[in-house]
Amino acid sequence: MRINPRYIDKIMRGSLTAQALFTVGILVLIVVVIFIKGFSHVSMEFIFSNPEDMGRLGGIFPSIAGTIFLGLLSIAFATPLGVGTAIFLTEYTRESFFTRIIRFGVESLAGIPSIIYGLFGFIFFVIKLKMGWSLLSGTLTVAIMVLPTIIRTSEEAIKAVPNNLKMVSFSLGATKWETVTRVILPSAAPGVLTGIMLSIGRAVSETAAVIFTMGSSLRLPTSIMDSGRTMAVHFYILAREGISMEKAYATALVLVCSILVINIVAYYLMNRMIARYS
Amino acid sequence: MNKKFIDKENIIKFVLALFALSSLLFLFVIFVFILSEGLPLFYKAGVTNIVFGMKWAPTKASFGIFPMIISSFMVTFGALVVGAPLALACATYLSEYAGRKMKIFLKPSLELLAGIPSVVYGFLGVVYIVPIIREHLGGAGFSILSTSLVLGIMILPTITSISFDALMSVPAAYREGSLAMGATKWQTIYRVVLPAARSGILASFILGMGRAVGETMAVIMVAGNALKIPTSLLDPLRTLTSNIALELAYATGDHRRALFSTGVVLLVIIMSLNLVANFWVKARVSK
Amino acid sequence: MGIRAISRRAACVLVVALLSCGVPSQDAPSGGNSTVTIAGSTSVMPFSEKLAEHFKIEQPRITVDVQAGGSSAGIQACINKTVDIGMSSRDLKGDELVLRAITICHDGIALIVHPRNPLKDISLEKIRDIYSGRIKNWKELGWKDRNIDCVTREEGSGTRGAFEELVMGKTEIHDSIMVQDSNGSVREVVATDPYAIGYISLGVVDSRVRALSVGGVAATRKNIQAKKYGIVRPFLYLTSGEPSASARLFIDFVLSKEGQRILKKEGLIPVNE
Repeated sequence: MRINPRYIDKIMRGSLTAQALFTVGILVLIVVVIFIKGFSHVSMEFIFSNPEDMGRLGGIFPSIAGTIFLGLLSIAFATPLGVGTAIFLTEYTRESFFTRIIRFGVESLAGIPSIIYGLFGFIFFVIKLKMGWSLLSGTLTVAIMVLPTIIRTSEEAIKAVPNNLKMVSFSLGATKWETVTRVILPSAAPGVLTGIMLSIGRAVSETAAVIFTMGSSLRLPTSIMDSGRTMAVHFYILAREGISMEKAYATALVLVCSILVINIVAYYLMNRMIARYS
Repeated sequence: MNKKFIDKENIIKFVLALFALSSLLFLFVIFVFILSEGLPLFYKAGVTNIVFGMKWAPTKASFGIFPMIISSFMVTFGALVVGAPLALACATYLSEYAGRKMKIFLKPSLELLAGIPSVVYGFLGVVYIVPIIREHLGGAGFSILSTSLVLGIMILPTITSISFDALMSVPAAYREGSLAMGATKWQTIYRVVLPAARSGILASFILGMGRAVGETMAVIMVAGNALKIPTSLLDPLRTLTSNIALELAYATGDHRRALFSTGVVLLVIIMSLNLVANFWVKARVSK
Repeated sequence: MGIRAISRRAACVLVVALLSCGVPSQDAPSGGNSTVTIAGSTSVMPFSEKLAEHFKIEQPRITVDVQAGGSSAGIQACINKTVDIGMSSRDLKGDELVLRAITICHDGIALIVHPRNPLKDISLEKIRDIYSGRIKNWKELGWKDRNIDCVTREEGSGTRGAFEELVMGKTEIHDSIMVQDSNGSVREVVATDPYAIGYISLGVVDSRVRALSVGGVAATRKNIQAKKYGIVRPFLYLTSGEPSASARLFIDFVLSKEGQRILKKEGLIPVNE
């Protein structure tokens, strides 16, 4: 031993701590920069008024609305499918070739990059199915994208429901479906909701898949066939074209805050679920 | 009990089975669609011409995407070089040195930060990283370096989170045994814990790579999107993903099919990465 | 009934409600709101937006919905009748000629550099040399010893097509040249990089970049109208057959004195002068 291992131990401890702080620091710095540069340009007016002059002036209300619509609608499509799949995989079958294939399908969907979803959604929904750039095209595309997340988190949540609860329900004469809807799902609800919230977060921050399916119209979408922007798309266009740095930062701030809020709610729900069963 | 075959429970089971099959259905539709649009060009223009072709000029029937394949790999590798050591160090600190309170605070914070949209990373990259590279290192600023830095930072939360899980799942007994034999904490980490968590850590690297390879918007903003294979860290480049996104809106006919072909190649690369990740993890776990 | 069933029904109701209000109201002539969808060239788009804003004041019941997508996509969408009006920043060719093209204005393509760049004039030949990769360094043009950060538009762009046709001719744009996918982003690169050069729509030039004069001729509206500055292309509105009544109103507005005045203010060249 040439160098005292205790000495190395101290150095490595310091180095690792520094690197950890650096890592977290960079990420925090990003949020801080957005906050500092954007804060002065965010106001009630900004949130509630329409953009003017391509977004150089005015607010981002249509984008906020577009984001909310897209988030909620894609969840509306994906949740029944996702939770249903999770219920099926956990409660209605044993592990078999069939379930393995389904899991393979889910994992594969999860691995597809967002630009491929954009490519697919654009040619399939927008052009071939003639839906045009619309909330509908965007919703369908994003729904497929978040499906794996909902399936995974719902499965975890359902599996975490203690067996005795189910047994008690059966022993009282309930059918499987009654058990699922009245016992298992209510218990698993926080976990399922976590998955839903995380998916909303994903839908909200997606750009590549959304811009090619929902389009980039500045109008407030009032029907499902209308095009519109989400905040992420609006931010991207403002930034890329150099239309307005201030508005870009402000949009980024609103966007990042929304995502943070969504994720925080998701964590709160997840902790509730953990607290229930430990 | 009920002897009917078709009763409410069976119908529900059937419906739920259909729901479960929907994932397969979507996957099937997506794959079939992308392949049906992308494969014909491989026959028409030749696989080697496309995959190994050096010139991308789709409006003039030249569909070579080799430079972009190389560029994609370069920035992915670069992203790993930038992000993996840092992320692993962070994960190690969190799992081995940080107290319970720190763990409870930092892990969710990291995952929160993972939710920052990629366009924000790209934007900050353009505003801060690109000019600095241009002023102090030369070139246009839009380069392998800028892209690797941005992507590296983007995959930090992913790698940290999964490596952290892998490290935490190493049994305490391993550590205790090592310390009992007189090893220092660092020696324990270096020789016992990290090797034990190796498969999970490698899986996190591969997942990080997958994220980097599939990233589009941030890359378009900082990479410069030039078609040539970059010869220096400061040269601009175009990845497979950027290629699709840049020209998708304008492309028609064979040009559009070529973008699908690019998509096919991209899918092959990413699916391979995922398969490798899965096999590697399984192989190591069974050792 | 369980929570799941109730929420599933709620979701169905929500979806049906949204779908039913989703029938786009095309052309309800009187007493209804109608929408005109217009999509295509990213070069024409900001100006269509501007026109739409003003048009809304005149005709509050008609909403003009402007999308990007690119000249080729706009042409396709028009042929497929998925939009009312297509926008194009290049002439139609081949089987695109089934569409009706209305020239709403002309637009110059300007070569731009950073304000700090001392270069004021450039010849067509030098532009070709830069974009073909023959000239790589600013010192060959009388400035510092620094590589030229050259930017072009993506393949398929109407602006690039016009640039290749009017400036490059048979010479190809080199592989090593950076690509951005809109006028705004090219302008953004040139505005922040002192050593950059690019080409954008004349109407998009602002105070953060400087337009070079080509062969001694400044890139101004006057010179374009006097046919002295040759790098010019038409902005087209395309319709498939007869446009709908609302679309016709919008097109008439664009071609009217008011519409042309707006375009002129934006830096474009009106058709009538």
